[in-house]
Amino acid sequence: MSAKALDYDSLNENVKKVQYAVRGELYLRASELQKEGKKIIFTNVGNPHALGQRPLTFPRQVVALCQAPFLLDDPNAGLIFPADAIARAKHYLSLTSGGLGAYSDSRGLPGIRKEVAEFIERRDGYPSDPELIFLTDGASKGVMQILNTVIRGPQDGILVPVPQYPLYSAAISLFGGSLVPYYLEETANWGLDVHNLRESVAQARSKGIIVRAMVIINPGNPTGQCLSVANLKEILRFCYQENLVLLGDEVYQQNIYQDERPFISSRKVLLDMGPPISKELQLVSFHTVSKGYWGECGQRGGYFEMTNIPPQSVDEIYKVASISLSPNVPGQIFLGLMVNPPKPGDISYEQFVRESKGILESLRKRARIMTDGFNSCRNVVCNFTEGAMYSFPQIRLPPKAIEAAKRAGKVPDVFYCLKLLEATGISTVPGSGFGQKDGVFHLRTTILPAEEDMPAIMASFKKFNDEFMEQYEDYRGYSRM
Amino acid sequence: MRRSVADKARKLLLVKTATSSSSSVSQHPSLPLSLSSSSWPQSAIRFLTSLNSPSPSSSSDSMTSSLTLETINPKVLKCEYAVRGEIVTLAQQLQEELKVNPGSHPFDEILYCNIGNPQSLGQQAITFFREVLALCDHPAILDKSETQGIFSADAIERAWQILDQIPGRATGAYSHSQGIKGLRDTIAAGIEARDGFPADPNDIFLTDGASPAVHMMMQLLIRSENDGILCPIPQYPLYSASIALHGGTLVPYYLDEATGWGLEISELKKQLEAAKSKGITVRALVVINPGNPTGQVLAEGNQREIVKFCKEESLVLLADEVYQENIYVPDKQFHSFKKISRTMGYGDNDISLVSFQSVSKGYYGECGKRGGYMEVTGFSPEIREQIYKVASVNLCSNISGQILASLVMSPPKVGDESYESYSAEKDGILSSLARRAMTLEDALNSLEGVTCNRAEGAMYLFPRIHLPLKAIKTAEAEKTAPDAFYCRRLLNATGIVVVPGSGFGQVPGTWHFRCTILPQEDKIPAVVSRLTDFHKGFMDEFRN
Repeated sequence: MSAKALDYDSLNENVKKVQYAVRGELYLRASELQKEGKKIIFTNVGNPHALGQRPLTFPRQVVALCQAPFLLDDPNAGLIFPADAIARAKHYLSLTSGGLGAYSDSRGLPGIRKEVAEFIERRDGYPSDPELIFLTDGASKGVMQILNTVIRGPQDGILVPVPQYPLYSAAISLFGGSLVPYYLEETANWGLDVHNLRESVAQARSKGIIVRAMVIINPGNPTGQCLSVANLKEILRFCYQENLVLLGDEVYQQNIYQDERPFISSRKVLLDMGPPISKELQLVSFHTVSKGYWGECGQRGGYFEMTNIPPQSVDEIYKVASISLSPNVPGQIFLGLMVNPPKPGDISYEQFVRESKGILESLRKRARIMTDGFNSCRNVVCNFTEGAMYSFPQIRLPPKAIEAAKRAGKVPDVFYCLKLLEATGISTVPGSGFGQKDGVFHLRTTILPAEEDMPAIMASFKKFNDEFMEQYEDYRGYSRM
Repeated sequence: MRRSVADKARKLLLVKTATSSSSSVSQHPSLPLSLSSSSWPQSAIRFLTSLNSPSPSSSSDSMTSSLTLETINPKVLKCEYAVRGEIVTLAQQLQEELKVNPGSHPFDEILYCNIGNPQSLGQQAITFFREVLALCDHPAILDKSETQGIFSADAIERAWQILDQIPGRATGAYSHSQGIKGLRDTIAAGIEARDGFPADPNDIFLTDGASPAVHMMMQLLIRSENDGILCPIPQYPLYSASIALHGGTLVPYYLDEATGWGLEISELKKQLEAAKSKGITVRALVVINPGNPTGQVLAEGNQREIVKFCKEESLVLLADEVYQENIYVPDKQFHSFKKISRTMGYGDNDISLVSFQSVSKGYYGECGKRGGYMEVTGFSPEIREQIYKVASVNLCSNISGQILASLVMSPPKVGDESYESYSAEKDGILSSLARRAMTLEDALNSLEGVTCNRAEGAMYLFPRIHLPLKAIKTAEAEKTAPDAFYCRRLLNATGIVVVPGSGFGQVPGTWHFRCTILPQEDKIPAVVSRLTDFHKGFMDEFRN
């Protein structure tokens, strides 16, 4: 066979470097097992509908009507679609120029960006400018767009929490930048310590890295913590002092499972702080229809909002967006519906509230069942999932297990997760895919399996873990917890 | 609870705390904030190491903030995309002015002929496709009896089929990063029916329109500015923009306007050698067939030569085939490059080929759905894995677009309930497009100093305008390209938005514009007369 025009040797090095564990080795093995007929519980991706969460009815009705506008004039449509869904479909179609089948403005439909701005204003108490809101095919595309704009070369560093959602590491590799890690403190409930940040920045600078931006994920993925106002203020001040763009991944803002720390946006905290910081600090915030009680992952709808980004830079970001023409229009409409759901008095209001509350309350219960379940297992310890969709327990692997993993040529947590998968069908992501301190091992599961399946899943996990620990633990030199 | 867990974790972490000690750093150097020098990064790094300013006060200067023109990725600054460029911005402005102040311009509407966006100009969607999409978006109504009263039976059946191909029937879930397997099976079967050669669903990557697929391939291929991609000139500016964004070098090859935008192998060879002599490693050849903006449909013999050339030179063939359904002349037919290469006896080991398809074009024109795919053949499993990995970072393409991509590759068949209405809609659109292409082409050719090749396919005409010297001088005085000057004058006088040829590339010293054939048929006479009147006036003003 002659040399290929594109072989591994001649592939872009940045592409080779990319790692994306959420769909990595564990996921591939799980897919294989599924093909062989084994029942797999996919807890590797925050993909609620794949695990049986039903879509909210009203948005689906509206989008279906937008897809088939001929129904809007059909007198029989009223038999299966409520009047407010029909009215809303007409409203959204009026915001398009040519329905769902026409490219929109590359930033998204102006009418929907206006609805997003109104939502942000209601949420934060400060007006928002639709011109600074860009709709995207899911939040990931937005993150990639911004990182592509920031990163010039390997000298440019981006501060990323560890553990982190691997989109960030993957995108930074792909664009040829440097990831500058800052560690979240597991013992402080995955808290973010500004001293750690300073240390990370100092270390990066000593290597000649120019730190350009900082990523925060709030609520945390995979770590599930919710940042306090005080902590957010510290972070903002830090970014201001160091002249960093803050990228606020706030896609889990609806997913809050405790009452002490409700979600508060970075933008609100920033604007509360007043000038000069509120007028200068550069912030980009991300949101999506994939998470929350919506979970509409397959729609690829999202947006980012820019604060204090100069107009010329906004124009450049617009230009790059225009090369991909426009985000998908159905996804834009889902986003419009998310920021502008049915109101009291609307025909569909009660059903909408019932459905969304049902999902959130159940997620809250599942978060609790899971955390408690993990904490009842030998050599496992887990912070409570305050928000987002994940549990990130630490697994204390006995030395013998670590040796066995080495012999098998696997990273220890990958070894553990593969065994877990083979034994129980539970498909998780090893902590090494998100980053963790050396010698400490975790796994990430979503809290998304159906509530009624949860006890059985946790029992099955416990049984596996007990047997695993029994097999590899020799009890010497270990203090039991 | 939280505290006890934290305590437990603290014990566990005890051993490791040394490595992560959070001893406070009393001194933290502040970043040098002004990176305005164009010779970044060297100067910036020197600056960084030589300066240790303790005060962050300089951040109050907005010029020094982190995301400014001076500090953003220079590759971003470099790329250009004229289809949505300056002229379009002006058009949007005029549209606003007309809205606020009707009668403020000599026309009452803006006619967007700048972009292949058929449904924005009134083209209707294919009913069957939309029925299926609506049902997949709201499967709860599928088993209601009322649904049968308003949806066709085969649409309901198709929706069931599709839902059954989706794990858990969950259209709101992320799919496999390559796209839903069942839909890829359908697409592969469609390709097989089109080409008469087998297609493998594992070779198909569904994407949010064809553009992200093109980006992905550029990302894989381009390592540095020493990597070159052969692109036709004129070209669709997605290619130049994507190459710039990924930091590669565009290696142009010129299409021959005199022979109906012919693609000469001798020209390819010449440009390849020229690039090599400059130290460029040419990695791939882009061919757009049917052509954008040039509208030509390649002859089979020409396609064979191209395939052979790529094999001999070990180039990846990037075949942009998104206009495969848009053919307007009886003497031309679309042949996919995959079919051509297989007909020549070339298999996976002979040529690396990527074929791009989209739901945005054809008779369906569903641009807003962002559906598309690439069929990737002749790559090693390792490379395939890398493509999958890059695709997985973005999780998956939108499901509605995926479903539509499968529908356009497997439309209703003879005997299906919707077949007749479907074919009537399809034929109506395609024959109307053919008439519009012809009318516009004739009108353009009747203008003084304008020559226009026929649109054999795609959605565009790309007339050449022989601008009088005086017009060129005036444009130069205004510091704009002469064709941009012409296009702006056209817009201001008529409301017709076209894209200057300079946005696509052209032989130096020649001037063109790209105009879509998409205005609805009843508007074509008005387009023709407005264009004709404008051109006459323009020539009267500037004739030598």
